Amino acid sequence: MFKITNLSVNSDTTKILTKINLTIQKGEIHAFMGPNGSGKSTLTKVIMGHPDYQITAGTIKMNRNDLSKLSVTERSLQGIFVAFQYPVEIPGVNFSNYLRLVYNNHQPKNKQLPVFKFRKLLKEKAKELAVPEKLLDRNLNENLSGGEKKKMEILQLALIKPQLAILDEADSGLDLDALKIIFQGIQQIKTENPQMSILLITHYQRVYEFLKPDFVHLMQQGQITKSGGMEIVKAINQHGYHEKETK
Amino acid sequence: MKKRQNNNPNALELLTADQKTVSNINQDYKTKFGFADEFSNKIDLGTGIDQKIVREISELKHEDNWMLQKRLKAFQHFCEAPLPKWGADLSHIDFQKIHYYVKAASDQSKTWNEVPDTIKNTFEKLGIPQAERKFLAGVATQYESEVIYQNLKKKWTDQGIIFLDTDSAYKQYPEIFQEYFGKIIPETDNKFAALNTAVWSGGTFIYIPKGVKLKMPLQAYFRINTQNMGQFERTLIIADEDSEIHYIEGCTAPMYSNDSLHSAVVEIVVKKNARVRYTTLQNWSTNVYNLVTKRALVHENAVMEWVDCNLGSKVTMKYPAAILVGPGAHGEILSIALAGKGQHLDAGAKVIHLAPNTSSIIHSKSICHDGGRSSYRGLLKIIPGATNSKSKIVCDALILDDRSRTDTYPTNDIREKNVETAHEASVSKINEEQIFYLMSRGLTEEQANALIVSGFIEPIVKELPLEYAMELNALINLTMEGSIG
Repeated sequence: MFKITNLSVNSDTTKILTKINLTIQKGEIHAFMGPNGSGKSTLTKVIMGHPDYQITAGTIKMNRNDLSKLSVTERSLQGIFVAFQYPVEIPGVNFSNYLRLVYNNHQPKNKQLPVFKFRKLLKEKAKELAVPEKLLDRNLNENLSGGEKKKMEILQLALIKPQLAILDEADSGLDLDALKIIFQGIQQIKTENPQMSILLITHYQRVYEFLKPDFVHLMQQGQITKSGGMEIVKAINQHGYHEKETK
Repeated sequence: MKKRQNNNPNALELLTADQKTVSNINQDYKTKFGFADEFSNKIDLGTGIDQKIVREISELKHEDNWMLQKRLKAFQHFCEAPLPKWGADLSHIDFQKIHYYVKAASDQSKTWNEVPDTIKNTFEKLGIPQAERKFLAGVATQYESEVIYQNLKKKWTDQGIIFLDTDSAYKQYPEIFQEYFGKIIPETDNKFAALNTAVWSGGTFIYIPKGVKLKMPLQAYFRINTQNMGQFERTLIIADEDSEIHYIEGCTAPMYSNDSLHSAVVEIVVKKNARVRYTTLQNWSTNVYNLVTKRALVHENAVMEWVDCNLGSKVTMKYPAAILVGPGAHGEILSIALAGKGQHLDAGAKVIHLAPNTSSIIHSKSICHDGGRSSYRGLLKIIPGATNSKSKIVCDALILDDRSRTDTYPTNDIREKNVETAHEASVSKINEEQIFYLMSRGLTEEQANALIVSGFIEPIVKELPLEYAMELNALINLTMEGSIG
């Protein structure tokens, strides 16, 4: 369904990703681990089409479509979603208003919802995911806490129901209670949409209690240095990333 | 009804989210705003201006000598005064190619049924009757130089409110008229106020008696229809002590290839403890020179608020002013300017503190894109003795691309020590990370830009009645479309 082949990426003239290979099938959960600066977040931005990065070699394909030929918008409409580690703030833009635009852009014309019907759907989804209703009337991420921003990212995930959800450190900066709420939410969305694939980027094993990865990849210095199952997680927990590197 | 008048923070929500409506508006733009009705104008004095034309206008209106003399004196000043050497480039205005007086319908119409069909058709395309159904309490609509349609709810007439076109007010209320006309903006004030005074026709006259508080906004639409026609409406609002009124003017114009001139004068008197809000939604087609003088005299503990939204026109030069003459007077000027291709919007505000304990707020939001140019030009003046006065000025500019330009020209002339003033200015470029974020959620680049712009002006848009907020956002979406790349 989703396939990265021999992907190398530059930012200006600096090489930041080298020969990445990755295949994700429908419904699979993949986890990316690796030290800070190893290229995990960069890879998510490249997949989404961030203009700061240039693909120098290789391909990213989704359902056999070459993503490099698609705009950021088209990639979203093809079914890729990134829950960002640091979602940007957009002052003055009402959340529910924005969310309806997002939702309707992903629906066929005859399924688009007018204001009041959408509001009803939004309230239901918010309730399911334990997102406080008052957040819906705030402005897009403006002055939201880190945890609130992440909740709103997950709400968007639930509305869009992508084929591939990339969760970029959805657990960072959260206390245990907030982590639980957010990952229970993701778990729930996954249960409702078993065909949805997930690419989890995380430093911490605790999230695997909620989402058990089928595959784990270790990323170091812009390369995937090891791929496998949960045994990689165990090794990292015992020895850290450094140990792996020297081996 | 009541709900509509509240400042609704969700106005934006309904609108920007309503992509369907917005895109429909985009499709209809030419038919909706760019049409020109064909009908024979009853009186047209042709193009160009001289003393004879000024006399003819006065004669056609059966005016008294004092008004004729005022017009002639104004014309004299217009001829002598040079074009302003600052602001936008006005050198391309050919004053001899402009129509100074066109009368579309000879009779005033009180009910919708009496309005001629071609004109009605135009208004229907503009959605005026609908707006009326929704929340209009009274309508005075200017078509060409003459007001042809007006309607004032009976209960207001009973309260002593006068809401008329300016020509009728001149005839029916000569005493009030002579007392205030040209007193706040004299004919020698500036070249374009002089031109307006010389050839003025139509406009709105409102008198609110003592203690009458009008909760519903009054509104009027203005349109230019005849090619090369100048529109010189004259508005005079007098809010007597303890009264309250909100007046709204909205403008749309057909798209013509030749330049048009719109030069209005708006004078407002806000007496002790009264409150006036004057909201403008300006969307002239992008060949119109929009050169408007607006000024309010604000008395003791009175409040004047200008809400000024400028989207259209080729050139706009407009600086709504509040002269705070009474102790405790408050002036507020909130403005939006959106300048696109070929547009230069030089807008701003003037506040003059002449009494103690006066206060003012200026909040300007300007956006430029697609090679457009927007400027904020402001004057804050506090005279000696205006102690304990306060003023806050905030101007924010948003630039969408490298081809566009924004400037700020603030002038602060403060001659009193015991005052508090604050000035904040910011210029920002549209943020690539914001665009990326929105596009990654499936929004198009145009939608992303429009959303960011609507968020940028939201603090001012939320001051508008719901329908206007929606119309403004629809117009912004429309304007933003196709401005990328």
